Amino acid sequence: MVTLNHYLLVSGLLFSIGLAGVVVRRNILTIYMCLEMMLSAANLTLVAFSRFRLVDGLPDYNAQALVFFTITVAAAEVAVGLAIIVALFRARQSVDITAVEKLKG
Amino acid sequence: MPAVLFYLFSALTLVFGLLVVVLRNPVASALSLVMSFVGLAALFISLDAYFIGIIQILVYAGAVMVLFLFIIMLLDIKAEALKKVNAFSVVGGALLAIVFIVQLGMILSGLDAGKKTVNDVPVHFEAAAQTQKLPTIKEDLAKKSLPDTKLVGLTLFHRYPFQIQLMGALLLVGTVGVVILSKREVN
Repeated sequence: MVTLNHYLLVSGLLFSIGLAGVVVRRNILTIYMCLEMMLSAANLTLVAFSRFRLVDGLPDYNAQALVFFTITVAAAEVAVGLAIIVALFRARQSVDITAVEKLKG
Repeated sequence: MPAVLFYLFSALTLVFGLLVVVLRNPVASALSLVMSFVGLAALFISLDAYFIGIIQILVYAGAVMVLFLFIIMLLDIKAEALKKVNAFSVVGGALLAIVFIVQLGMILSGLDAGKKTVNDVPVHFEAAAQTQKLPTIKEDLAKKSLPDTKLVGLTLFHRYPFQIQLMGALLLVGTVGVVILSKREVN
């Protein structure tokens, strides 16, 4: 049977894949996609806990409201982030993060 | 939801999630992420969160990933040349992921609340119909159907009215910011 632990484990695996992607990849766009993946993994945890913690016999809709806000913030963040990536590409002609290391000590 | 479907959709989510990291062509990565999000949306729906599942497909798999594909094709990015992969970062990333998973496994193995299945905590339609005040939600609950979207809307607009206006302001600021960021300087 599928338990809450199964959902939490899938969410954790997805999060760790995204985390590894952020560390390993050097293409800014792929790093950004991995960030989105981590946000969605957190959303899965929230929805799972919402379903398994009943309030007045219904799933806890506060958690789903939080997921709604997360998705909204993520959408706004993607728009701004991609605009920054386009500006960066205009300045450097590259989307490789090794092209942007002026702040490196 | 039958266990088979759960395993199918989690495998879909995780395999395509892994492909996002492994594939070198950004277009292939983006399309894999779309498939991963579709699997995730199915998992949301299996948890009776129909509204969030549909939003996941519409906003993430639809709008956000189309934006990604637009930018990838606008910038005309070729697949990364097969440079030597930085062994240090690969080992570091894999190690981070493994440490995270081991920690999670240790926590989950001791979590008694996590051993419940969805059938152990069924939605109580009668009890919910007693406590809910809106007639439209009461009618749906009396018919033993979960008015998911109505309940999310009720929570959003009754409990978080200020926050939802804040979201509107955030989206406006984001839109203005994107326009300013992508405007070329005219000398």
